[in-house]
Amino acid sequence: MSAARSRAAVGQGRFARFIDWVDERFPLTAMIKEHATEYYAAKNFNAWYVFGVLAMVVLVIQLVTGIFLTMNYKPSATEAFASVEYIMRDVQWGWLIRYMHSTGASAFFIVVYLHMFRALLYGSYKNPRELLWIIGMVIYLALMAEAFMGYLLPWGQMSYWGAQVIVSLFGAVPGFGAELVEWIRGDYFISDITLNRFFALHVAAVPLALILLVVMHILALHETGSLNPDGIEIKERKDARGIPLDGVAFHPYYTAKDLVAIVIFLALFAAVIFFAPEMGGYFLEHANFEPANMLKTPEHIAPVWYFTPFYAILRSVPSKGWGAFLMLMAIVLLFFLPWLDRCRVKSIRYRGTTYKLALGMFVISFVALGYLGLQPATEKVYVYAARMFASLYFLFFLLMPFYTRAEKTRAVPERVVYTASH
Amino acid sequence: MVKSKVMTTSIPPCQRLLQVAMLAVLALASGLAAASGGARGEHAGADIRDVASLQRGARNFVSYCMGCHSAQYVRYNRLGQDLQIPEDQLVRDLMFAAQKPQETMTIAMRPDDAQRWFGVAPPDLSLIARNRGADYLYSFLRGFYLDPARPTGVNNLMLANAAMPHVLWELQGTQEAVFEEKGTGEAVQKVFKEFRQVTPGKLSPGEFDGFVRDTVNFLVYVSEPMQLERQRLGVWVLAFLFVFGILAYLLKREIWKDVK
Repeated sequence: MSAARSRAAVGQGRFARFIDWVDERFPLTAMIKEHATEYYAAKNFNAWYVFGVLAMVVLVIQLVTGIFLTMNYKPSATEAFASVEYIMRDVQWGWLIRYMHSTGASAFFIVVYLHMFRALLYGSYKNPRELLWIIGMVIYLALMAEAFMGYLLPWGQMSYWGAQVIVSLFGAVPGFGAELVEWIRGDYFISDITLNRFFALHVAAVPLALILLVVMHILALHETGSLNPDGIEIKERKDARGIPLDGVAFHPYYTAKDLVAIVIFLALFAAVIFFAPEMGGYFLEHANFEPANMLKTPEHIAPVWYFTPFYAILRSVPSKGWGAFLMLMAIVLLFFLPWLDRCRVKSIRYRGTTYKLALGMFVISFVALGYLGLQPATEKVYVYAARMFASLYFLFFLLMPFYTRAEKTRAVPERVVYTASH
Repeated sequence: MVKSKVMTTSIPPCQRLLQVAMLAVLALASGLAAASGGARGEHAGADIRDVASLQRGARNFVSYCMGCHSAQYVRYNRLGQDLQIPEDQLVRDLMFAAQKPQETMTIAMRPDDAQRWFGVAPPDLSLIARNRGADYLYSFLRGFYLDPARPTGVNNLMLANAAMPHVLWELQGTQEAVFEEKGTGEAVQKVFKEFRQVTPGKLSPGEFDGFVRDTVNFLVYVSEPMQLERQRLGVWVLAFLFVFGILAYLLKREIWKDVK
């Protein structure tokens, strides 16, 4: 603030004096410095480091398009389906807004899964970033809730029966499962009442929580500082002015670099919106173009692709209770990652072969489960495959304390590896 | 001398990466456009750029389908605009069940009546092509065959025991389905082999296929009337992002120049 005063004393232009006026009342300049112009990130970020920013871009897309959809959508069992078609056909640019929102849902999970995988590659969840990881996991949970409830709103067949299947999973809770399911639905079946409350949660409650959590996530990140592909803490080596030797200011360096990533992302995003909004039935399921009919159960109920790895785990267990429990555990175990991983070396670049193999198996299992979750459960071979990959998925976590303890790591360099491209 | 050498060096790797990425985007876009749409049964060959086909399809739909099926999200005037049908012609040839061009393609038959008469209310067809896919509809409409066991006298190859009667029988004539028995013992299965024409229709088989193709084409159009518009716009959006991407990349390179 003293710096601001002295600048004002020198007598700069109107704008600078206005900023000084603000700074005396609100830490505007201080915040910009702390989070952008004097927030130092390692200069050696690779492409894996763009997905956090891209997740923010998608969040903004979803919030803005969501607001405009809300202006014409009707959360009523008799009108919801028709109001979506009204948006698609009669509202000016309604189709574009709706496709942005429906594609945005899938894009959100794509970038978030890649963002999480980046953490697994470079040990972003390790000491001192455990809370950063946990807040991120809570964001992931909120995102799943948001996507699930949003999917009911078009009131198509798959909206209805998908919600029916997922909500009934809460019936597996011992003791008061049936009561819990009834409480969630607010009715004896998925009905207009369920649609109304899902709408309220989807457009108000969960987005508010998401925004708050994202702010917390960024604050936690800026407290510890961003890690990098070498897994080196750049704060440990600073120059005389206290600036990390391997760091560059987030603005303008990473704002400029992220902008390129954002444009490439938007091009892919636009390619889907304008040329394949259904994405072959993966982003908008064919069965959902038929209005919800509670008397007609579809032959094959599959959730949207981003839930299918967990859905495959659920189906691979013959007992519904244990299936739901394992599905829950598949997500809960991720929270404990910072403590399950005993290896001190963060980045995969210097970690041992065991972790590389384990991570490779984990990725294969996750993708395979995702594929199997889309297939009808009638084929025996799919069920056995799902059991095998589910086992591998869990072994990645459960054996982690053992295979990471005695890992043969390589020497981590003192400074980040970076070669200027020009 | 040195300067000229710099000028002739090949494109830096980052720039090449950018170019590859941009090309990949365009390739993906065209690939995805081709990939959308289902593939069941025979290939319908629907092409919503064929306005004449859509016009014939609209005529077919109004004459043969709208007795029982609505397309309640489709407005007549939008149809006229997209299918290049002048308003007087629209009113005269297509609007049998509506007074004003801004009305939607609804029908007089009430769903509960229909339920009583057919056992199931005929579905609204606004979105049927997105729900079932063009190829399914094409195969379905050509897939009725004689089956005395059914109350309508016909069954359907694509939808076993369909409640829908063979509305187009006058045009197609009647056909029977020939099944082959495959496998032995308990694993024996009846597999469809071919259709055999029993009585000829008003149209030749080739003409009838064209009739069905036009109708399905129309259903594909009404399921997503803006699809041509979005593709047209998409090209411009991608072109803009391509140019903007180059500028963003040049900005990045300029800013990162001093990072060693």
